[in-house]
Amino acid sequence: MATHAQASDPSAGQHSRGHFTSRRVFILAAIGSAVGLGNIWRFPYVAYENGGGAFLIPYLVALLVAGLPFLLLDYGIGHRYRGSAPLSFRRLGGATAETLGWWQVGICAVIAIYYAVIIAWAVRYTFFSIDESWGSAPDEFLFGDFLQVAEPGIGLDFVGGVFWPLLLVWLAVIAVMVAGVQRGIGALAAVFIPLLVVAFLALVIRSLFLPGALDGLDALFAPNWGALTNAGVWAAAFGQIFFSLSIGFGIMITYASYVGRKTDMTGSGLVVGLANSSFELLAGIGVFAALGFMAQASGVAIDEVATEGLGLAFIAFPAIISEAPAGALIGVLFFGSLVVAGLTSLISVIEVVISAVRDKLDLSRTTASLVVGVPAATASLLLFATTTGVPLLDTADHFINRFGILLVAVVSMLAVTWVYRDLDHLRDHLNRTGSVPLGSWWLALVGVVTPAALVYVLIEELRGVLAEPYEGYPAWLINGVGWGSAALVLVLAIVLARLPWRRTVDLTAPTEEVSR
Amino acid sequence: MTTSAVVMMIVAMLVVWGGLALAIRNLTRTTREEPDEVHRDL
Repeated sequence: MATHAQASDPSAGQHSRGHFTSRRVFILAAIGSAVGLGNIWRFPYVAYENGGGAFLIPYLVALLVAGLPFLLLDYGIGHRYRGSAPLSFRRLGGATAETLGWWQVGICAVIAIYYAVIIAWAVRYTFFSIDESWGSAPDEFLFGDFLQVAEPGIGLDFVGGVFWPLLLVWLAVIAVMVAGVQRGIGALAAVFIPLLVVAFLALVIRSLFLPGALDGLDALFAPNWGALTNAGVWAAAFGQIFFSLSIGFGIMITYASYVGRKTDMTGSGLVVGLANSSFELLAGIGVFAALGFMAQASGVAIDEVATEGLGLAFIAFPAIISEAPAGALIGVLFFGSLVVAGLTSLISVIEVVISAVRDKLDLSRTTASLVVGVPAATASLLLFATTTGVPLLDTADHFINRFGILLVAVVSMLAVTWVYRDLDHLRDHLNRTGSVPLGSWWLALVGVVTPAALVYVLIEELRGVLAEPYEGYPAWLINGVGWGSAALVLVLAIVLARLPWRRTVDLTAPTEEVSR
Repeated sequence: MTTSAVVMMIVAMLVVWGGLALAIRNLTRTTREEPDEVHRDL
């Protein structure tokens, strides 16, 4: 349980942190993290809105010049310094750098408590699909009968239909976290990721045989080359790649710290990044085939049914399920896939927090899982299983993604490159065991190109939220919950980084091993 | 589907799925190194 660190080789004490027993399990867990709700309900619409088939070009450019290089940076930090985000940054650059790690941890904590709620909804909808509980008006059913949405506020009017499945989700998550890195996270990914691929493939095949499916695919893939001259389209591509890959906020650092020292991290990173995009493409085909059917069945154009996010999953898809032959099958496959994709991502997000608390206080796996899991579950239930949960969730999600994840990613990249000047060293580390050699081009991409692209995206987002209140929500909600949560995690990070580590934890960087 | 949409769909599949297949091939061809420590997961 305790970390018996040695001054010469601090990583020796890391056995007890947990390990993935093989490269395959690590890759599956990393894919499980990257493939989430956004792959299914965000990518198809972003591609459709931003040039259709022509979007492939900015998308691939963003993947190659920003997504994969950034993913490898995260892998490099976690694999080299062998710790949670705060411990890795502490070993990389000292006490100030540790703040970056805690900032990422705080963001993950906020995300975990609302992300679980959407999984709980998807669990309910998997069962609703069987008898099409939403009847003829899925939107009224969602916001009225099911969520019982009240005016924006903070109250304690619990919605039983959300509370109980949410409690169940958290119990499952805590059980997985207690089981550990290999027996919990790794085992779950090893079963669920192949299952997800099979279920989604079945969904895609079913959708492709619906009348109107090809019209949907035509809408998705017909190229609008003019879009390529629009800077907003390029920003959308970089944003999609960035949010989709789970990079920049501690997840990949944490997972990489559980991988054997001789593992080929660059080769693994290519597989994870391309697997994520492969699933996105599959989701695009499945979603637009279904939307094509919906448009034809309702006698309207695709642009009238095309949507994303909650509206796609919980309003458009129920309508499709009601219309389609064997709709219940489509429903169970679609919502079941959302549950599985969401769960493997949620687990990676909460692991960032557990791993950090565990490292700092040198706790056992079980204690750390409970110390993090129980308060997170309580906050999740109190804030989001209520009639006032939806606007809170929507606001927290919008702001923490942009002014949490995106901001911390840019700041940490710039700090690692220009303040701590560790990029050369990380490149050498990755090249020691990597099958894809990283040259100076990687330094340029990670140190200059990617941060520049992400800063542009960030400024665009900032302009958007300053131009008009997000979703027309009241100022107290936007300032208190939106900006408030983004600011709170930063303040907490500064405080937590100043707290002392247990003396048993070695804060010096592990010595490099000669490999191959 | 229009011809240009079919072409873009095929190009997307070839590049993304083909890229994944190549990446997996590259990974499995290189030396299979697994962690050699004892795995205690407490």
